[in-house]
Amino acid sequence: MSGFFKSSIGRKVAMALSAFFLMIFLIMHVSVNLLSVFSENAFNTASHFMGTNWLVQFIMQPILIFGVVFHFVMGFVLEVKNKKARDIAYVKNNGAANSTWMSRNMIYSGLVILAFIVLHFIDFWFPELNYKYIVGNPEDPTRYFHELQEKFVHIWRVAAYIIAFILLGLHLAHGFTSAFQSLGITAGRKKTLQSIGKAYAILIPLGFIFIALYHHFNH
Amino acid sequence: MALNSKIPEGPIKDKWTDYKNHINLVNPANKRHIDIIVVGTGLAGGSAAATLAELGYNVKAFAYQDSPRRAHSIAAQGGINAAKNYQGDGDSTYRLFYDTVKGGDYRSREANVYRLAEVSANIIDQCVAQGVPFARDYGGLLDNRSFGGVLVSRTFYAKGQTGQQLLLGAYSAMNRQIARGKIEMFNRHEMLDVVKVNGKARGIIARNLVTGEIERHSAHAVVIASGGYGNVYYLSTNAMGSNATAAWKIHKKGAFFANPCFTQIHPTCIPRSGDYQSKLTLMSESLRNDGRIWVPKHIEDAKALQQRKMKPTDIPEENRDYFLERRYPAFGNLVPRDVASRAAKERCDAGFGVNATGEAVYLDFASSIERYGKTQAKIQNLENPSKEKIYDLGKAIVEEKYGNLFQMYEKIVDEDPYKTPMMIYPATHYTMGGIWVDYNLMTTVDGLYCIGEANFSEHGANRLGASALMQGLADGYFVLPYTIGDYLSNEIRTGKIPTNTPEFDEAENDVKERLNFFINNKGEHSVDYYHKKLGKIMWDKVGMSRNEQGLKEAMAEIKELREDFWKNVKVPGKLNEMNPELEKAGRVADFLELGELFAKDALHRNESCGGHFREESVEIDGEQKGEAKRNDKEYAYVAAWEYKGEPSAAVLHKEVLEFKDIELKQRSYK
Amino acid sequence: MNLTLKIWRQEDSKSKGRMVDYKVTEISEHMSFLEMMDVLNEQLVNKGEDPVAFDHDCREGICGMCSMYINGEAHGPDRGVTTCQLHMRMFKDGDTITIEPFRATAFPVIKDLVVDRSAFERIQQAGGYISVNTSGNTQDANSIPISKHAADEAMDAATCIGCGACVATCKNSSAMLFVGAKVSQYALLPQGQVEAADRVRNMVAQMDLEGFGNCTNTGACEIECPKGISLENIARMNRELMKASI
Repeated sequence: MSGFFKSSIGRKVAMALSAFFLMIFLIMHVSVNLLSVFSENAFNTASHFMGTNWLVQFIMQPILIFGVVFHFVMGFVLEVKNKKARDIAYVKNNGAANSTWMSRNMIYSGLVILAFIVLHFIDFWFPELNYKYIVGNPEDPTRYFHELQEKFVHIWRVAAYIIAFILLGLHLAHGFTSAFQSLGITAGRKKTLQSIGKAYAILIPLGFIFIALYHHFNH
Repeated sequence: MALNSKIPEGPIKDKWTDYKNHINLVNPANKRHIDIIVVGTGLAGGSAAATLAELGYNVKAFAYQDSPRRAHSIAAQGGINAAKNYQGDGDSTYRLFYDTVKGGDYRSREANVYRLAEVSANIIDQCVAQGVPFARDYGGLLDNRSFGGVLVSRTFYAKGQTGQQLLLGAYSAMNRQIARGKIEMFNRHEMLDVVKVNGKARGIIARNLVTGEIERHSAHAVVIASGGYGNVYYLSTNAMGSNATAAWKIHKKGAFFANPCFTQIHPTCIPRSGDYQSKLTLMSESLRNDGRIWVPKHIEDAKALQQRKMKPTDIPEENRDYFLERRYPAFGNLVPRDVASRAAKERCDAGFGVNATGEAVYLDFASSIERYGKTQAKIQNLENPSKEKIYDLGKAIVEEKYGNLFQMYEKIVDEDPYKTPMMIYPATHYTMGGIWVDYNLMTTVDGLYCIGEANFSEHGANRLGASALMQGLADGYFVLPYTIGDYLSNEIRTGKIPTNTPEFDEAENDVKERLNFFINNKGEHSVDYYHKKLGKIMWDKVGMSRNEQGLKEAMAEIKELREDFWKNVKVPGKLNEMNPELEKAGRVADFLELGELFAKDALHRNESCGGHFREESVEIDGEQKGEAKRNDKEYAYVAAWEYKGEPSAAVLHKEVLEFKDIELKQRSYK
Repeated sequence: MNLTLKIWRQEDSKSKGRMVDYKVTEISEHMSFLEMMDVLNEQLVNKGEDPVAFDHDCREGICGMCSMYINGEAHGPDRGVTTCQLHMRMFKDGDTITIEPFRATAFPVIKDLVVDRSAFERIQQAGGYISVNTSGNTQDANSIPISKHAADEAMDAATCIGCGACVATCKNSSAMLFVGAKVSQYALLPQGQVEAADRVRNMVAQMDLEGFGNCTNTGACEIECPKGISLENIARMNRELMKASI
């Protein structure tokens, strides 16, 4: 089994497994955030639960961070190895003739997402850690909604978020079906999978974009 | 020297079994002290190398390509015959034997052909066990097709790529042995001479085609499996690299060359489109099951077609000449290859060719499409279907049967063969002639064997469809591994053959001298210039139809061309590098000699049989008027030529063919 | 038509290569691409220059020897064809055509457009076979029925000609389509089951050792493959390796 994960195929299976984990996380994240559009209370309740439940905080959160870091590190490692597999580049290469832009540029869409995550951590996660564990403020179950709203006041941040989400969409447009293919799941399900993948890659980022715009115009 | 074919005694059906029971064997512990060189890794060479290695011999295999998988066996489309009688249609070993001898116009050795038919069933078992994905029916059992010239369905196939799948099977068996270290594979190596020590073949001189280095390799026996010499015509369905050098070199060292004039011209190839043409592409014989061959009845129409002033579909039914159906009402479009080819040439020579070069006839699927369409309409209970509906239904059937061939045609010619008839013309395809071998597949040189298309083989004067693959694999998997053991049983005490001997020195020097000449000669014409000229002489005068005057002219012209070649050939580049022009130069030099022997053989054989048609030997009257006339009284022999310094000086040795189990009859397709 | 050719010239594996411009004139649209190259080489030979070395043999799209990267695509702009089946009618008078060798670290250039694909050989030797003796003393060919569907699918995988267009095309120079096709052919047939686990492990290990890149599922290989080998074969190989590793 350890040999398996050292093989090229093992690595892409690992990539796919971490991708699945992150894609499930995205569904959860967008669902919770969408609550903020419908009901301030519901959003606060959900956020409070997430922010204080020990299972989420001390088990799920580290796993998630590990998943993100693993996906990125593995992505880079593979990219470097793959680059080495062609020591002399083509003078003329017409990649567009046989593959999508998304599939050829996962590393770049991934990098944008990485940059976004840094921004996102600065915006939410570090203040949150600071609030809870460093300064040790008492928990206020109603604070989440306002914190969220405040972030989307500035148009530049909204714009940055939207760009990042578009890139996320492009990343997912290839990544969704690619993860299935890596796990060997395509037989006879290709069309259905592609449709689901497309829907997923459009709806998830669209959800986030909608939330950002909604709060920008409704604060 | 009298030829001894070493055919075992006894009734034909027991010869091979009895023979195997009584030959000498090599103890497994001794096999690992014996080396065998195999030159060529197609179906014959690949299967031989794998099997010999598996038996325990040390095999060194040589291929000029970068992998054994590229050998031209890979291009065989239709299928492989085997007397399995899975269809229960009366097939048997005897029938396959009979069909092959008859199809070969009674110019092959009975005992060899019977053995071939006998082991044919094993080939299929072997290939299935190796994972060759033959076509199957819905019950999961193997499917069969029917091929020209026979009355049963015995052809196994893998889509239109049977040769590819069989070769990949042999290649996989080789890979297994390469991995075990029993085969040492020399890719991108070309054999440039054989080395004889005390009359026995003991090694070869080969050139590493990447570095240009000349290498010596020794062995206790040498097997030549280098394919046919069809490229002597320059244009053929062979691969660009297919060459006769290995075969010709051993001929010059004492192996007799048999029946060089027996060459198969395949009727259904895509016609030449211009002088730049480098090779011809075959369209499977199976197309003649549904296609009808025709040219215009009126010469004016033909002229208009040649000048592209008219389309074939503009010519009404009554102005078309379905010449095969007209001349051969019994077999129609399914006459054997040689007959179909000559009939097409006859029409084109008379000016009825249908393309710009005047060398093409139509192969028309319109009536098949209509016939299938009508049947389909009935099956689907359609009342009064429209013409378009019938066409669509019929087209679907034709597409299912020949889709990949039609697509291939369209890619090359840029015309849709569903809408306009295909154009076809005969082209050189296979050479029945080759190095003479005895029943053991040994040449006239001790320890030197020749298998597959390279030997003069079991196909007589004409090969039936789907029999080449059968012969290649039979030789390699099931015949040679036995017969070579009989010879090698005397070699167990010989020990390793040294390569630092005068014999190797001499052979290497000869090779180097010749290569040096090419590189240093300050000539003015490229190698291709000569090859094209040779091809033209061969095609015009030693092609589908031959006569005494033409053959004599051809011999003189080839000799003259050869002399010019040795004065004026120009080879760029260096010796010690990859140099494709240098490779070609050596091959063409050999073709320039072989071509002359070819013409000489054709000249001496004043009869028409199989692929060899002499205008002097035709039926003069009666129903068969104008058809080929075989002369069993004077020519029922194998013509084996001994090299004597010049092709024209070659000495003829006759192996008289005895037919004990088959009665000689005239082939009639009327 | 008249054309400008930009061709990679490299003397041998040790030399540095470069692009060189050539002009060819009076090219017929009916010529195959390699016949156009023949015209160029004849021209070079007559001028006493070194002709362009390129691999080719059968010239009917089955041997897998030809291997050019033409205008940024393996085997050129047409689909379902090898370079030798590509015809000049795909180009226009006055075009500039860029011709490069198949590029991958695992396919070093030998000379000009000729590359060394022996890595494929070693992968096949690592397990691309069924360990059965070639004696013919096996069971009757019809003793194990194989469903037509499986046989056809195995055949589709087996049509691979080993040209290396998949590697040349893949942005990662991955050989997974090639290896997947071979693994699939045997995985689909009962005869291949016995050694299935060892086969996929050994072939993948050799593939990795040769320095091919990893598959990122761009699907470019399937599109450029002259024989239309399906990506499904890569998925099947992934499954086979997972199965073999659990």
